[in-house]
Amino acid sequence: MEQSERIASFPHMGNYHVVVKALIKRILNMKVMTPPPITKRTIELGAKHSPEAVCVPFKYNLGNYIESLEKGADILFQAGGGCRFGYYGEVQEQILRDLGYEFEFLSFDASAGSSIIQIYKAFKNLNPEITISKFMQSFLLTMKMLKCMDEVEEYIRKNIGFEAQKGSFEKMQKSFLNELEKVKSLREIKEIHRKYKEKFEKIEIVKPDKPIRVGIVGELYVLMEPFSNYFIEKELAAYGMEVHRFITASHLLTKRKKHNERLAKEASKYIKYHIGADGTETVEKSKMLAEEKFDGLIHVKPFGCMPEVNAMPMLQRISSDYKIPVLYFSFDSQTSETGIKTRLEAFHDMLTMKRGEKK
Amino acid sequence: MKIGIPRGFLYFKYKYFWETFLKELDCEIVLSPMTNKAILKEGIDNSIDESCLSAKVYMGHVKWLVGKCDYILMPRIDSFGKCDKVCTKFNAMYDIVRNTYEGVELLDYNIDCVKGCTEFKAFMRMGKLLKKSKMQTYRAYKRAKEVNKEKKTKIAEEQEKLVQESDSLKILIVAHPYNIYDKLIGEPIVKYVEKLDVLPIYADVTSTKKTRIKYKELSSSLYWTYNKELIGAIEHYKNKVDGIMFVTAFPCGPDSMVNEICLRRIKNIPMINIVLDELQGEAGLHTRIESFIDIIREKKKVVKK
Ligand code: SF4
Ligand code: SF4
Repeated sequence: MEQSERIASFPHMGNYHVVVKALIKRILNMKVMTPPPITKRTIELGAKHSPEAVCVPFKYNLGNYIESLEKGADILFQAGGGCRFGYYGEVQEQILRDLGYEFEFLSFDASAGSSIIQIYKAFKNLNPEITISKFMQSFLLTMKMLKCMDEVEEYIRKNIGFEAQKGSFEKMQKSFLNELEKVKSLREIKEIHRKYKEKFEKIEIVKPDKPIRVGIVGELYVLMEPFSNYFIEKELAAYGMEVHRFITASHLLTKRKKHNERLAKEASKYIKYHIGADGTETVEKSKMLAEEKFDGLIHVKPFGCMPEVNAMPMLQRISSDYKIPVLYFSFDSQTSETGIKTRLEAFHDMLTMKRGEKK
Repeated sequence: MKIGIPRGFLYFKYKYFWETFLKELDCEIVLSPMTNKAILKEGIDNSIDESCLSAKVYMGHVKWLVGKCDYILMPRIDSFGKCDKVCTKFNAMYDIVRNTYEGVELLDYNIDCVKGCTEFKAFMRMGKLLKKSKMQTYRAYKRAKEVNKEKKTKIAEEQEKLVQESDSLKILIVAHPYNIYDKLIGEPIVKYVEKLDVLPIYADVTSTKKTRIKYKELSSSLYWTYNKELIGAIEHYKNKVDGIMFVTAFPCGPDSMVNEICLRRIKNIPMINIVLDELQGEAGLHTRIESFIDIIREKKKVVKK
């Protein structure tokens, strides 16, 4: 088959498809398909064909793959690294083959030593015309796009709960992502960043002097894919709370990297060692937020997620040492949405009451 | 000096090693008893609900040892090499215990070969903590290695012999040692299998020299060392046994995926996947095992005809 007729696809995570699509398009001379937006069907499909006890990001990914394959994709990408994530690729590929699909599967497991050079080689196989300088250029561009997107979204997260006119942030966000998708140079990214920073700051917000601040910590996928966390950030904002989170793609790719030992040191009162995947940072950030006198913490994880379960005894201690309430959520493919809402409401009421008592 | 060893988790892998090492250093060993209902209950009460059953059992054993010894031995393991890792539970158990049982005295050692923390360094450091001389520690370590190797080789050889000589029905049990040898969780299953006149063969006692290469034939990107050893044994034994029984704790991260790969890729041999949780009813389990064995017997009859 002609290279240019092939269609590449990849799993969803938040709005990052904008960036991933641009990257693949730039490097490979082929069509790129963003998987259909995640719906109930996506997760049902994913869960149906997944091992039952596997963590839920696996099920979402699988659902995305199936929906992309149905629409004609024939090259699938998977990242990976650490914990169970590094092994996702092999199992997912097997399941999809058993379902009878034909496709090529490319999996990059960072912990198994997929260095940037190896990634380059794999891409070079698919597109012999790519040069190392073009590849590195695209890579750099991608990182900048990520950074721009994460910064803009952080502003949104902190302020969307206070918008004067409902829906203004979301509308602006859409047009921002649309423009970001089309950027071709670092200069353009800079421009868009500047332009939208201004635009977002101009959106009218009505914010109390000291809004209730909650930090959201936990496992990366359910933190970053709103569908999987039942749009928890949106719910929190709807109560007029300021939401802070640190885990973003650019944070994971640049700041975090190999610094788990350092993070453990920061939180040495609670941990001596790295406790797996995002768990160490969950403890470290929770301690930091508690010290910064946040009103509350929300811990999110997929059901049975080992590193985050590992972090919970430490969170419980932080909660009692600093008197900071922590709300724990486990998400699976069949979590009850009303249950989540009720617990969030109760949490909000409690934080509000606690504020009152202090005065 | 009294050192407590919880009878759970890696004890079942390293018991000869640990016991020899500590004895050579003139330490007295306090071993927690076999798992019983009370220990399990303590473990459940002191664990996060979503922890795997094996971790809950372990927490129960640690609790039993609190106050009965000077230190409790607690390994922390991350990696044995670049693509040789362990379940993240073993990254964190030391810190989980420390945060759950406040003030508990632990004797920890850390293995993370990717970062240069080798087993040898870890044990030398432990000797220092126990105020033993370098020479004595070094000798104890060497001796422990020897004894461990002797014992393991012997057990593996005995099993090989049994497989060749016995003509009863044979089932390969693929399970982490801490699950299958646990008095309360795994042992009843083995006992039941034996009652049905079936010879259990253990995946974990196969020589690791063999298994650590052979696993690749089943799964190429696997990086959990302990799971590599288990599925490597499947490759080693698959033509010598009549069926395969996977026994795993709920919810187990690595097993949930590795067993899936096995169930999908292994053909022509009956397999059963048993997941154990704390609410397990015995009756249902027995029926499942019984009908699994029946199917194998039927199949054998047909083949013989
Ligand atoms: S960190 Fe949690 S969600 Fe991610 S692979 Fe591990 S168990 Fe699964
Ligand atoms: S491998 Fe499974 S049973 Fe063992 S500690 Fe990890 S989750 Fe628990």
